[in-house]
Amino acid sequence: MMKNVRLRLSLTVLVIGLAVWAFYPPSQKINLGLDLKGGVHLVLRVQTDDALRSETAITAERVRDTLTRNAVSFTKLDVTGPDEFRIEGVTDDAALRDATADAESTFNRDSRGGVHTFKIKPNIANQLRDEAVTQALQTIERRVNELGVAEPIVARYSGRDQILVQLPGVSDVQRAKQVIRATAQLQFRLVDNPTPFPTREEALRAFNNVLPTDVEILPGRLEGSGTAGTAGTVYYAVKKTSVVTGSELRSAQQGLDQFNRPAVMFTLKQDAAQRFGNFTQSNIGKPLGVILDNRVMSVATIQDRITDNGQINGISREEMQDLVITLKSGALPASLTYEEERTVGPSLGAESIRAGVIASLGGLAMVVLFMLVYYKLTGLNAVISIVVNLVILLGFMAYLGATMTLPGIAGFILTIGMGVDSNVLIFERIKEELRTAKGARAAVNAGFDRVWWTIVDTHVSSLIAAAFLFQFGTGPIRGFATTLTIGLISNVFTAVFVSRTVFELVLSRRRQLQTISI
Amino acid sequence: MKIFDNANYNFLKWRWYAIAASLVVILAGVGVLVTKGLPLGIDFSGGAAFIIQGAGEGDIRRALDAIPGDKVIQQYDDPSKGQILVRLPGAETGSTLETQAQAIEKALTAAGLKTTIINRELVSAVIGADLQKRGIYATLASILAITIYIAVRFRPSFAIGAIAATLHDVFVTLAFLMFFGYDLSLNVVAALLTITGYSVNDTIVIFDRVRENLRSMRRQPLEEVVNLSVNQTLSRTIITAGTTFLSVLSLYLFGGEALRGFAFTMLVGIVSGTYSTIFIASAIAIILSQGRRRSGAAVEPAPNAQDKGRKPRRAKAS
Repeated sequence: MMKNVRLRLSLTVLVIGLAVWAFYPPSQKINLGLDLKGGVHLVLRVQTDDALRSETAITAERVRDTLTRNAVSFTKLDVTGPDEFRIEGVTDDAALRDATADAESTFNRDSRGGVHTFKIKPNIANQLRDEAVTQALQTIERRVNELGVAEPIVARYSGRDQILVQLPGVSDVQRAKQVIRATAQLQFRLVDNPTPFPTREEALRAFNNVLPTDVEILPGRLEGSGTAGTAGTVYYAVKKTSVVTGSELRSAQQGLDQFNRPAVMFTLKQDAAQRFGNFTQSNIGKPLGVILDNRVMSVATIQDRITDNGQINGISREEMQDLVITLKSGALPASLTYEEERTVGPSLGAESIRAGVIASLGGLAMVVLFMLVYYKLTGLNAVISIVVNLVILLGFMAYLGATMTLPGIAGFILTIGMGVDSNVLIFERIKEELRTAKGARAAVNAGFDRVWWTIVDTHVSSLIAAAFLFQFGTGPIRGFATTLTIGLISNVFTAVFVSRTVFELVLSRRRQLQTISI
Repeated sequence: MKIFDNANYNFLKWRWYAIAASLVVILAGVGVLVTKGLPLGIDFSGGAAFIIQGAGEGDIRRALDAIPGDKVIQQYDDPSKGQILVRLPGAETGSTLETQAQAIEKALTAAGLKTTIINRELVSAVIGADLQKRGIYATLASILAITIYIAVRFRPSFAIGAIAATLHDVFVTLAFLMFFGYDLSLNVVAALLTITGYSVNDTIVIFDRVRENLRSMRRQPLEEVVNLSVNQTLSRTIITAGTTFLSVLSLYLFGGEALRGFAFTMLVGIVSGTYSTIFIASAIAIILSQGRRRSGAAVEPAPNAQDKGRKPRRAKAS
């Protein structure tokens, strides 16, 4: 008997030792959630329509080219929706079919009444949307890493087009959000008017209010003034097509222009450089605009053939840093909107931790006091079991790398209160059994044996609730579900195994004990 | 020390009153629900919430006067901390929210207030609706899974009794949340889910005892066995409720504003859970079992043939 008790005792001590080793020192070993550490939780939605829109636009332009090249006459070719374009007034149907054969691998053609409508095939649309989300995810991941955030989370979120981003310890949330969201679509286009117009209306007037189909008006900034879109905004008429795009960049880095102002230096990939060289050579003397996310960043006259080097200037130092990050990480395939943002300042997090610790200690003190008053010496047994339970809970959390959140602290406190339940069940049963005068040992044995299945049933039902809780919630709630689950499992060990060991330790010294302090 | 030494109360005698009392509370809750609507927090309705430090409530109210929408501006947490909560109603899209948030920050700076925003939450209606769906799904699925577990481990009528008690607790707790003007937030729903687990826990303890007693008390009517079991486990029910209540009370008092809704929900749920365990769960299990027992249907363990002739309905328990 004594040997058995020793074995149980050493196992208990071993488990406690392992748990303490796992979580000590807690400030390094326990992961804190955003709500305790401070930081920002973001849910972004990828506007997957954008991906369809660009596919439609590219295909429509390609069809237009082919039609013109094959000298097929048509009156109208318009993009009529994110996933659809129309061709009207074609006289030679066979020639049209020839010209659009390529496009029909991805588009469904519907011809009626002389109007040919091309709509993206549903499976292709789904694929494009999915690719856009995956690409956005990878791009955001690269950007977040470039921002230098420790332990960020970037993951797909519920819903097909949502992305979750968690940035612990980030204080400049606005900047982080801008860097993540910048689509970073870099383009180089010819500019129609080297001197900008003060307003959009005036720009339009220069074309007698009818823009050529290949020209659009974009905002830009007056040299030496603030950000585009605010005061100092001017307007340029620019060609719609870009010679090369940001995805053809080989590298981008911080630098200075000839006036010692911050600038982003970039180099192009080989075939893009080739194209850019030819283009600049045949357009010497014309103004070329560097356009980022549909804003004209700068306009310069092409002096000579430019092959693979270029720069973007007229930006602030911080803009330069962010631009390098976004250009390096590549353009986003679609724009993003923020659907959810939760920012917790570090001071509020620290305050929550303090409040949580006080509440835990308060709860522990009240429960301990109650158990000692009500169960006297046996109450001490329950107290040991609560404390061991908390130690194991902390140890497991550290070992699993689980995250402690504010609701997780609540889970801790609940573990204190609800965890005693198993002890109470057993003690009450022992009390009942003691009345039958079979002696203390028999009563203790009966108490533990009879209650075992009750404890299993109650724990299983609680675990079921905790599992759904985990599945339902995001960060903080998951932290709660995690502490609750681990607390429940380790509770079975402490309330049954550890508590029984303590009883046996006491009983093994006095074999003929008739009653115990309970 | 013993609170209920040889407890012997005829709880089942009061079952109809208990059911009536619970219905009154739940109906009152439904009444508030119909007149005021479900008080959804921004987690579910969408919207923006800011906790601002560094200026008084009046100053902030004046600064934000020009911003349209049904703003809520109030003291957050303990007044000594000087934190003000500003809430704006939901917007359909994330970008509208973003604009709203920026408008608030601009207005505060324009008014010359040196404030810091220590907490900022923006939730678009899309996310809110999604969370609503998931919250309802999780609650129902969890209740269903527990029902199946009890039906397998005990018997179907017990499962229905336990689940009636659990639903009772969810509804009573919701009613109290509405009486006291708490918003439904993620944390509150987490507390509600915890309550479902806790409430079933309590019930299982009694049912386990019923199952055990049924083995040794084959001749007694079910009603008597159940009542005895409720009495035998009464100390445990009260003590566990007591310790859990004490620890959650500590959370309510010291845990800070962020967890107050959670703690309140748990407090009400614990009281309701204990009440429903004693009065509702077993009553419903018996009401549902009675027909079967009288008709002699085989229930586990099989009733004695002599039981058939007895009138179980009015059997005296004490």
